[in-house]
Amino acid sequence: MSKAIESKLLTEYYDDPHYMSFEGYTKRKGYEVLKKAFKMKPEEIVAEVKASGLRGRGGAGFPTGVKWGFLPKNDKKRFLLCNADEGEPGTFKDRMMMEKAPHQLIEGMIISAYAVNAHKSYIYIRGEYTDCLRIVKEAIDEAYAKGLLGKNILGSGFDHDMDVYSGAGAYICGEETGMISSLEGLKGQPKLKPPFPAIQGYLKFPTIVNNVETLAAVIPIIEKGADFYKSLGTEKSTGTKLFSVSGDVVQPGNYEVELGTPLMDLIELCGGLKPGRSLKAVIPGGSSAPVLTADECVDATMDYENLSAKGSMLGSGAVIVIDDSHSMVDLLTVIMHFYHHESCGQCTPCREGTGWLEKLVKGILKGSGRVEDLDLILRVANNMKGRTICALSDAAALPALSFVEKFRLEFEQHIRTQSPVRERETTSHA
Amino acid sequence: MAFILKDEDKNFVLEELKRYESKYSAIIPSLFRIQKKEGWISAEAVSVLSEVMGLPEAHINEVLQFYTMFNKEPVGKLHVQVCTNVSCAMNGGRELAKKICQKYQVKEGAVSQDGMITVTRVECLGACDKAPMMQVNDKYWEDLTQESAIQILEDLKQKVVG
Ligand SMILES: Cc1cc2nc3c(=O)[nH]c(=O)nc-3n(C[C@H](O)[C@H](O)[C@H](O)COP(=O)(O)O)c2cc1C
Ligand code: SF4
Ligand code: FES
Repeated sequence: MSKAIESKLLTEYYDDPHYMSFEGYTKRKGYEVLKKAFKMKPEEIVAEVKASGLRGRGGAGFPTGVKWGFLPKNDKKRFLLCNADEGEPGTFKDRMMMEKAPHQLIEGMIISAYAVNAHKSYIYIRGEYTDCLRIVKEAIDEAYAKGLLGKNILGSGFDHDMDVYSGAGAYICGEETGMISSLEGLKGQPKLKPPFPAIQGYLKFPTIVNNVETLAAVIPIIEKGADFYKSLGTEKSTGTKLFSVSGDVVQPGNYEVELGTPLMDLIELCGGLKPGRSLKAVIPGGSSAPVLTADECVDATMDYENLSAKGSMLGSGAVIVIDDSHSMVDLLTVIMHFYHHESCGQCTPCREGTGWLEKLVKGILKGSGRVEDLDLILRVANNMKGRTICALSDAAALPALSFVEKFRLEFEQHIRTQSPVRERETTSHA
Repeated sequence: MAFILKDEDKNFVLEELKRYESKYSAIIPSLFRIQKKEGWISAEAVSVLSEVMGLPEAHINEVLQFYTMFNKEPVGKLHVQVCTNVSCAMNGGRELAKKICQKYQVKEGAVSQDGMITVTRVECLGACDKAPMMQVNDKYWEDLTQESAIQILEDLKQKVVG
């Protein structure tokens, strides 16, 4: 596979080491689109983003223009909040975007803030990303110095202030209402929706929460128009997407391709599988996304519709490729440990369920499991779905269900070969 | 040893209190500041902070307990955080964590005898393309092997000893 399938709309200049600086960014036409945006009416920008079909790149895939349209139609104070918490296992694209192109994020945010009439924005960056925190803060300071932030930006009459905020280690703060709690100086616990943040968010003010990549994608949409953007990707999954590919490929990394790119082409783009190995499974959208079997991968395309038709999801675009050298029992144990560790504990089904799942899967891995435990896992996981304040509970249930349902034979075999003799005898005719 | 908030740190906290729409938002940055200086956050530190910030101690404690990046106990001079989430686990992250514990004869989460090293397992740090990886204090070290990781830690130890 040639590199021709890459479609670098956002990452075109990422190889230029100067792109991260203000000078380097402006040499590449940086902040030019902002000037264009200021000549448009805010509602025209919202309409363009709506027409582009852009969907949120943080995980849920909600149409961005539609979300912006939920804001109350008045002049009252509201906030823009950039989600740079990037905690979904397997995802490392926002980190690259902030490190390589902090001004791109800032430009995308000023345009978006102008569109939704927000005079203050925060970029909530996960605490471990100390380089990003420094780079983005310095870029913001520089933008202020150049008159791109603050009062009357570029003579437009639009005022905007921007700041960064550091997370402190909690996956749940990537969930938008958890993030708002955290920014408010509280425990980062999610809040019940509705009210949605666009109606009542940060300090009860209307708040638009968008992912780093979503906000950056607003730039080419305003620059080249919704029709151009829609010409990329598929009918319902428009534009390009950054995929963070990791696991068993020769060249893991971030790759920007059009939505709708065949999964197998994406894997080829990463140099394919390691020599002598065969594909076993792929987690296509971060560890919360149901796993695909090798068979399902054959005709999978990387867009919202195809993956959801396969019972999985595009999620954050984190593609974890698994070859035949790995045990699914082992990997599920890792994943279940994660969700148990990260459950914030507010909801019983999530708090108890994630604990149960981890215990059951670990038991199987260590050799004390029984075949009946597999059905118990399915029962526990099914009871965790759709009954909680936030989607973490579902995010934990889905991998458990998909791993056990799709790789049941491997789980059973593991139980039979690893369990003590007594166990093996009682389960052999199950 | 009683905890004393130096003037420069106190000024930092006072500035943070003015920086955000809500005073409460200054808690996380202030806790980070203390941790940067002290290596961890003690009960005395929380109590001093509560006084300076004019915010309830119980609330600061709640925030402190919620977030994993805050050390509620002293840690070694090198806080070695090894990622053991999926992509790293597939590339030997768990074995790496074990190896480092063995090498420095320290249990996970504890401080080595010489006060140098604490090893903890952490969740995905967003460097999965360069697995396995570890974060030592603030800095990421990627594409590790067991040998390269130990070498890095030996070098860092030398630097800390000075
Ligand atoms: C448990 C959980 C974790 C999440 N983590 C992230 C994250 O790290 N980054 C992110 O952008 N969105 C994350 N989300 C999605 C956000 O809640 C929200 O949908 C998103 O930030 C909206 O931005 P977008 O529409 O631009 O994608 C998470 C959601 C859940 C339920
Ligand atoms: S579903 Fe889980 S993580 Fe989400 S609010 Fe409830 S307990 Fe917390
Ligand atoms: S799994 Fe280790 S950095 Fe992502």
